[in-house]
Amino acid sequence: MAKLLFEIFNLIAIATVISIPFLNTKGRGILTLSMIAALTGISSVLALSVFVNGPAEFIYGGSWITGKIPIRIDYLSVWFMLIINFTFLTGAWYGFRYMKKYIAQTDNIALHVIAFLLVYTTLNDICMIQNGIVVLVVWEIMALSSFIVIIFEHYKKETLKAGINFLIQSHVCILFLTIAFMWVKIKTGSFDFAAITDFTTSQPVISGIGLFVFFFFGFAIKAGFVPFHTWLPLAHPAAPAHISGIMSGVIIKIGIYGILRVLMLIKTDMVTIGYFILFISVITGVYGVMLAIVQHNLKKLLAYHSIENIGIIGIGIGLGCLGLGYENQLLAVAGFGGALLHTLNHSLFKSLLFFGAGNVYLIKHNLTIEALGGLIKRIPHTAYLFLIGSLAICGLPPFNGFISEFFIYSGLFKGLSSDLFLFILAMLFSILGLVLIGGLALICFTKAFGIVFLGIPRENNKPQIQNSKFKIQNSELSTEANEHEDMVVEKARNVLPLYLIAAAIIFIGLFPFLLIQPLTKIIALYVPRMTPDVYSQIQDLLKNLTTIGWFSFGFVALSALIYFVRSYFVSRHKHSADATWGCGYTGETQKMQYTASSFIRTYRKLAELLLLIKKQKKDATGLYPGLIKRETHPGDWIETLLIDKPLIHFRKLLRRFRFLQNGNIQAYILYGFIFISLAVMLPVIIDKIAIIIKFLNHL
Amino acid sequence: MVSLVLIILTSLFFTGIVVRTKSIASGRKGPGIFQPMKDIIRLWKKGSVYSTTTSFIFQIAPSIYIASVLMAILMIPHGNHPGIISFEGDFVMFAYVLALGKFLMIISALDTGSSFEGMGASREALYSMLVEPAFFILIGSFALFTGQTSFHGIFSSLHYGSHISYMLGGLATFVFIFIAMIENSRMPVDDPKTHLELTMVHEVMILDNSGFDLGLIMYTTHLKFAMYGAIISNFFIGVLPLEISIPLFFAVQICFAVVVGIIESFIARFRLGHNPQFIFILTSVSLLIFFGVLLVLGKFI
Repeated sequence: MAKLLFEIFNLIAIATVISIPFLNTKGRGILTLSMIAALTGISSVLALSVFVNGPAEFIYGGSWITGKIPIRIDYLSVWFMLIINFTFLTGAWYGFRYMKKYIAQTDNIALHVIAFLLVYTTLNDICMIQNGIVVLVVWEIMALSSFIVIIFEHYKKETLKAGINFLIQSHVCILFLTIAFMWVKIKTGSFDFAAITDFTTSQPVISGIGLFVFFFFGFAIKAGFVPFHTWLPLAHPAAPAHISGIMSGVIIKIGIYGILRVLMLIKTDMVTIGYFILFISVITGVYGVMLAIVQHNLKKLLAYHSIENIGIIGIGIGLGCLGLGYENQLLAVAGFGGALLHTLNHSLFKSLLFFGAGNVYLIKHNLTIEALGGLIKRIPHTAYLFLIGSLAICGLPPFNGFISEFFIYSGLFKGLSSDLFLFILAMLFSILGLVLIGGLALICFTKAFGIVFLGIPRENNKPQIQNSKFKIQNSELSTEANEHEDMVVEKARNVLPLYLIAAAIIFIGLFPFLLIQPLTKIIALYVPRMTPDVYSQIQDLLKNLTTIGWFSFGFVALSALIYFVRSYFVSRHKHSADATWGCGYTGETQKMQYTASSFIRTYRKLAELLLLIKKQKKDATGLYPGLIKRETHPGDWIETLLIDKPLIHFRKLLRRFRFLQNGNIQAYILYGFIFISLAVMLPVIIDKIAIIIKFLNHL
Repeated sequence: MVSLVLIILTSLFFTGIVVRTKSIASGRKGPGIFQPMKDIIRLWKKGSVYSTTTSFIFQIAPSIYIASVLMAILMIPHGNHPGIISFEGDFVMFAYVLALGKFLMIISALDTGSSFEGMGASREALYSMLVEPAFFILIGSFALFTGQTSFHGIFSSLHYGSHISYMLGGLATFVFIFIAMIENSRMPVDDPKTHLELTMVHEVMILDNSGFDLGLIMYTTHLKFAMYGAIISNFFIGVLPLEISIPLFFAVQICFAVVVGIIESFIARFRLGHNPQFIFILTSVSLLIFFGVLLVLGKFI
């Protein structure tokens, strides 16, 4: 049954990809949407059947290169498949509407939908296939097709640049994974994932950790752990909104899947690995959100937030590993449970936020936070959905983000009762990190939501004072067109996928206990023999979650009650509308508003020591000061240090060999010839050298 | 249940005591201790003006704000008597529910499109972010000390220890007083009585609120004070029976209010730029408490 579904799934995907060239643009869109729906259906049936009937496993013969290709679908795969399915379904639905304005670019769209389908299919396959080399091939297809979907607007220079950055970093990721799989293959002679377990049990502990580090680096690039995060803030703003949402929701999560999968297989010193992951994750989380606050581009801000959330997931994973290492099963449960749940939650609210940002882009054609404002009046549905996403991502109750953070918190606080000093310090460090992440996220999203959607429009805030008159006229002329655009963006069938996600967010926030059953099944993969004591403690956690659910209900009800009482009282008394109080100032208020930069100025002053913020300012001087200008460009010193600087040096080195690139076609053919002959001759040359060495030894 | 009733009772006169202390300290007779509550009731009976810039967020934020504080109060125990809701890790929920209320207040300030309110919102967001670590480390230290992870568990097993626990309670009281001062935007960090909007934090955020909403926000401040007072009183109540603990509760609350009044009378407001440093002090004191607990438990290296 599972095998049949797996084959049907892949065959349908291939058939759809092949048939796309034969359709017109509209047909392509409809086919993609319907096929994604069908495929998510099949894949979800497969996933649910595993949840009901237990893990499925079947083996294909493969070839002499790959060896046997086992397909194993266990609870972990299923969890990620369901996340991928939901995000892709809503993403494809949203994207179908979002892409309408690009409908003239027929060829571009054809390529886009093909790549989109491939990304979806390969992501699902990666969760199921358990053969190193096949996974690498599928992974490569996934990376290439993600590259294509990202550079949809490739005629923009920045998009292409970001895309190439993504492409290169994806291949560094694949390089690490290839080395890791090769290492296992050399030592055990098999590409099967099960060989990783053999490897770690047969080899010394240090190579086990080394192997994990290779895997971790590879997957961390995909997931966006600091310091491997640098592609994320570039790629997300460049991609179309539905792709950004999907990328942040699931493509980077495949890295998390990889780490979780490897952790399940590796049997080595979990304590070291746990501390390692925990440390990197706390740094990732805090650094991500610290940089997110100072961003000027809404999508870039969200991208840095993805890094932050990867950090939170990582804290969970690290805690889980420490739990395994110290044989504290409760910690393992809280850690892995929190990480898995946060993976789901993040995919929900982050895709919602990106789709919301996409709607903003559709009507304003601009994502610079400073230039936006007052959108809640134009696109109220999007605004409230964005608010739900913001509250959820800050981890506030009664939304889903709180549940997963609560899981991790309860693990961390339980961990404090340990006897090991180092471990307690690690817990303290993580609690501090998580608290800071929460507080900073609050600043960040009050800024993002408050400036973008509230107040009055700020478009004339930009320093083009000379043109402002013309611009105002222009915008007055287009008011009608604007209203039409708003209507389209807010049409029920366009915001429905967003409502679907929001419903899921609230559902998890109010009924968290429903997720315990599947989560315990996955966690049981890591903690195979749960002691009855731990089991009862998990039941306690379940009871806590039930209480939290009721509490959240109570909170919503109480808020509603107070609001109605208040509305009753307000309506009984005289109430009127007037301009915002300006301390007696009644002139133009648009420029008087607080901007995003001024909102975070106090924070920026504090954080400047840790962040790289390039500032340019022209102060007012003289009796008749001209235009005053201030610019801040948030930089990323990890990127500068780790990528930009080495690249500059590397380029300097390569410049020495510029003479080789002489533009002479004959010379290039010669190079090719030399390379091929070297490649062919290499074994022979090595043999000869070996003979010479042997000969020398005999002397 | 006990604590809910007690906290609501305290909230009726708490700020009155603060105001009275301040007036006595400055040589005036001052209003009665129920005057602030009467002011609020007066506000509840008034009409309101809403800015044309604002949206629904501005309307609902005060209601959610007070709901968040009320829900947080439900979790506060009274010595041996758990709060209405008590579960392991409830203090995480406590902090996050309060944060939700704050989030709504901040965006409702931004909703008015006023530069003053944006300024207040910006400061409020930063300060409340900086306070969080102090709270969590403090509770973490007590979790470590008692081996419990709920408000009720921590407070009911706090006093079985040696005299050291009283010392820790004292330090924690210090930190909590200042957390309460910051969260309520009182003196060393913010001056609610200042005449200049540029120097306010909380008051400037609610410039555009009027009538019933303003009353709700003011009352929420009182509730918050009483809530922090209840937490502080829990450091001293322990497992005492109700007939002793309830008078003790009020005694602690009144002491707390008097202390707040005295602090406000004799300390000038800090420069706004220095506030973060001050708030960091709280975090470091909490860290001291944490390591002190580790020392006491013999887990330090």
